[in-house]
Amino acid sequence: MKKVRYSCFFLLMPLALVIEGCGGIPKDALSMNKATLEDRQLQTRVFDTSDEGKILSASASLLQDLGFNLDESETDLGLLVSSKDRDAMEAGQVIGAIAWTVMFGIAGDARYDCRQKIRASIVTSHAGENGERIAVRVTFQRIVWDQKNQISKLEKLNDPKMYQDFFEKLSKAVFLEAHGI
Amino acid sequence: MNRPVKFIAALCLVSSCLCFCGCESSRSQVLAADESQVKLRSMQSRVFDTKDKIKTLRTAMATLQDLGFVIDKADDVLGSVSATKLDRYAVRITVNVRPHGETQMLVRANAQYNLKAIEDPEPYQQFFTAFEKAIFLTAHNIE
Repeated sequence: MKKVRYSCFFLLMPLALVIEGCGGIPKDALSMNKATLEDRQLQTRVFDTSDEGKILSASASLLQDLGFNLDESETDLGLLVSSKDRDAMEAGQVIGAIAWTVMFGIAGDARYDCRQKIRASIVTSHAGENGERIAVRVTFQRIVWDQKNQISKLEKLNDPKMYQDFFEKLSKAVFLEAHGI
Repeated sequence: MNRPVKFIAALCLVSSCLCFCGCESSRSQVLAADESQVKLRSMQSRVFDTKDKIKTLRTAMATLQDLGFVIDKADDVLGSVSATKLDRYAVRITVNVRPHGETQMLVRANAQYNLKAIEDPEPYQQFFTAFEKAIFLTAHNIE
């Protein structure tokens, strides 16, 4: 009976793979939702200057301060794209993987995050009635790979504290830029 | 091996063959498109009454950010913006803006969801609905 069950598993597996491949795009992937405005507020700050170049330059310096490498820039459109590759190991996950291996002895199934690529994209735009201010919007996302080099996470980073800290640092960077530091 | 097991193993092999014989050479994906060119262009394109290419591009970038995308690349000469959305899945989109006649701009978006091209009109309609709202906001400079 055990063998029959085992065979059934292999019989259903290809079917499951085919069905998984058929999954379509989620309904709200390209539409605005309740979180849109909240995210926009979280990710945007407005600066009292009309000098977009100065803000972009300060933003690029800040990204470098944070260890990002610039991948792309288009100053006419107010865009900076950057990324950094970092370690993604978390003690809890590794301990869990070790515990799993000790309990079940199947090292192959115990996965833990190993490395990550963090991407940051900054877009500036003119704001205010006459475009006399500059709005800066930053968005972060990351891809995480496990120790088998398989992608384990694809996610946007939406921690409010992270954005607050970023904009605090950007305010300082704008100040330093203004003083030529 | 007893009979039921043999039978199920055979069924398993047959079902695997059925699953995989439908797959053509993966190279055929290079020029593959399920929909006709005309149909694709019509679902992916809209025309807007503006001559301002930069404003249209900036609006496209703002819309994509609103939709949770991170902008990957932009080029004001070509008039293109590419962006990626990661939310347990990956959607990659390219928006192209070019003049359409004397007074309009044509905006075309094409996107892929994980490993598949999006060739359903609905997601593009949703994108342009968001874009329309944003271009209205930009035109009137309302935050």
